[in-house]
Amino acid sequence: MNRTRRQVYRIIQYLVACLISLVVVIPFVVIVNNSLKTREEANRMNLALPSKLQWENYRVAIERGKLGISFFNSTLYSAFATAIATLVGAMTAFVLARRKTRFSQMCYFFLVLGITLPINLIALIRVMQVLHLVNTRLGIILVYGGMNVSFAVFILYGFVGTIPRELDEAAIIDGASPWHLFFRIILPLLRPALTTVAVLTFMGIWNDFMVPLYILNRASLWPMTLAVYNFFGLYQQEWHLVFADIVLTCLPIFVIYLFSQRYIVSGMIAGAVKQ
Amino acid sequence: MNYRHAYPYHFIVGALFLYLLFFIVPSLMGIYYSFTDWNRYSDQVRFVGLENYRAIFAAKSVYYQYIGNTLKFTLISNLVKIIPALFLALLFTDNLRGEHVHRTILFFPATLSFIVIGLVFRSILHPEMGFLNQTLRNLGLGFAAKGWLIHPRWAWFSIYAVDAWRGLGYVMTIFIAGLQSIPRTYYEAASIDGAGFFHKLFSITIPMLKPAITVNLVFGITYSLRVFDIIFVLTNGGPGRVTEVMNTAVFREFALGTYGVGVALSTVLFVVMGVVSVLVIRLMNRGEVEQ
Repeated sequence: MNRTRRQVYRIIQYLVACLISLVVVIPFVVIVNNSLKTREEANRMNLALPSKLQWENYRVAIERGKLGISFFNSTLYSAFATAIATLVGAMTAFVLARRKTRFSQMCYFFLVLGITLPINLIALIRVMQVLHLVNTRLGIILVYGGMNVSFAVFILYGFVGTIPRELDEAAIIDGASPWHLFFRIILPLLRPALTTVAVLTFMGIWNDFMVPLYILNRASLWPMTLAVYNFFGLYQQEWHLVFADIVLTCLPIFVIYLFSQRYIVSGMIAGAVKQ
Repeated sequence: MNYRHAYPYHFIVGALFLYLLFFIVPSLMGIYYSFTDWNRYSDQVRFVGLENYRAIFAAKSVYYQYIGNTLKFTLISNLVKIIPALFLALLFTDNLRGEHVHRTILFFPATLSFIVIGLVFRSILHPEMGFLNQTLRNLGLGFAAKGWLIHPRWAWFSIYAVDAWRGLGYVMTIFIAGLQSIPRTYYEAASIDGAGFFHKLFSITIPMLKPAITVNLVFGITYSLRVFDIIFVLTNGGPGRVTEVMNTAVFREFALGTYGVGVALSTVLFVVMGVVSVLVIRLMNRGEVEQ
């Protein structure tokens, strides 16, 4: 009796698990499947397989959506801003975690506040005007850098604490300068944490929509999120093209997820206050 | 050892400079501009005192509705994620075959952009051509096909559903990390004493999961107070203003060119989030000491 009850319970568990995964997977199936159909087929938006695979849709979406340039923009913004935020974040985390003075503690709290505080994007435009950075690639890279240092400092601060101080002392006694100590000894030891920070920051910037929506009003500067949003508005009746565009926008993130899932999950748990 | 020599403060200049210039300065300037009539149509910016705030907090002002919607979203979107996610976490730590595959699938949407997810669901929830309604009609359930995003009764419901679709796996993953740190022996001891599922849930699991619950609440609350993308794409605050929240209202003022009101709204959000942030950091710092 007890055993049959357990088995029934087990079957219910499997059913619930499969059902919930199915709910997550179906939207992706709908999008990918319909991105490979003709316009007429895609308008029916069902789970039937395409009669003939229309790879052509992807070429049309790339051309009409100007995805080449927006892919370049997204990559450029994400890569440079990630590099900047991770590097200055690591330098800051290193010094602040080593010096446990009242001032360094205050700096740490002040910087970490940036994880949860909202940024005032309308006023940011004013700052950009004063600095002559409106509608420039350098401008948005610096903005993303500034917005992401908080997260980098927060994650790396904890990791610096796990590196024994004796290493620093040995290096200093051997005559190493602070730069040498940081770049040659500390930074290599921080590599797993740096990867986590870099992957999450890169994805966060790649996925961001709000900042370019406010501060970039030239289509040639748009990243993929803004381009796909605009494309959706223009081609709402042509789902096959819209879906091809959506697939292309998700693809880089999907590839990153496949290869660095471990870093992403551990980083998101550690830095759970940042989406 | 000489700290000043080994750990020089000029190492923090880069981070502090970027953070101040592109994060803190805009927020402080926003506070200043919230007392002016700054707008797109005039080059002159006049000081108007508290006028923008008076407009926001006037009796019967529409902004109360937006503030209320933001708070409603904060409460409900977290409830519908955290409670189911806890049960999913229990399910996927119960030696279920293939549980790692399920976890990977469920977590994946959390890595995607809100804008893309919003567009995916705008097509799936489209009233005539969307996958959901077409499927319902094909199954003979045409009566259940609704205007998911365009009908005032269903708009919020759809937003919560899409938001949970994205966030559930993430919340669950944090719970799983918490569950894995609870020693098995606690449950074994409780079983010997004859404790049932709910007894164990309330006397062992939930108390031991306190850190994970805190993290999920902190993440959930700070995200939902600032919510923008998902609502902007799914309903853009509509139908009417039924789903308008703080950040979509800020963008509306921005699009209208009434920057003064926009930065005043932003400042209200900034102050609220400032208080929340300080509380959060205190809370997390205490956690650090306890470890």
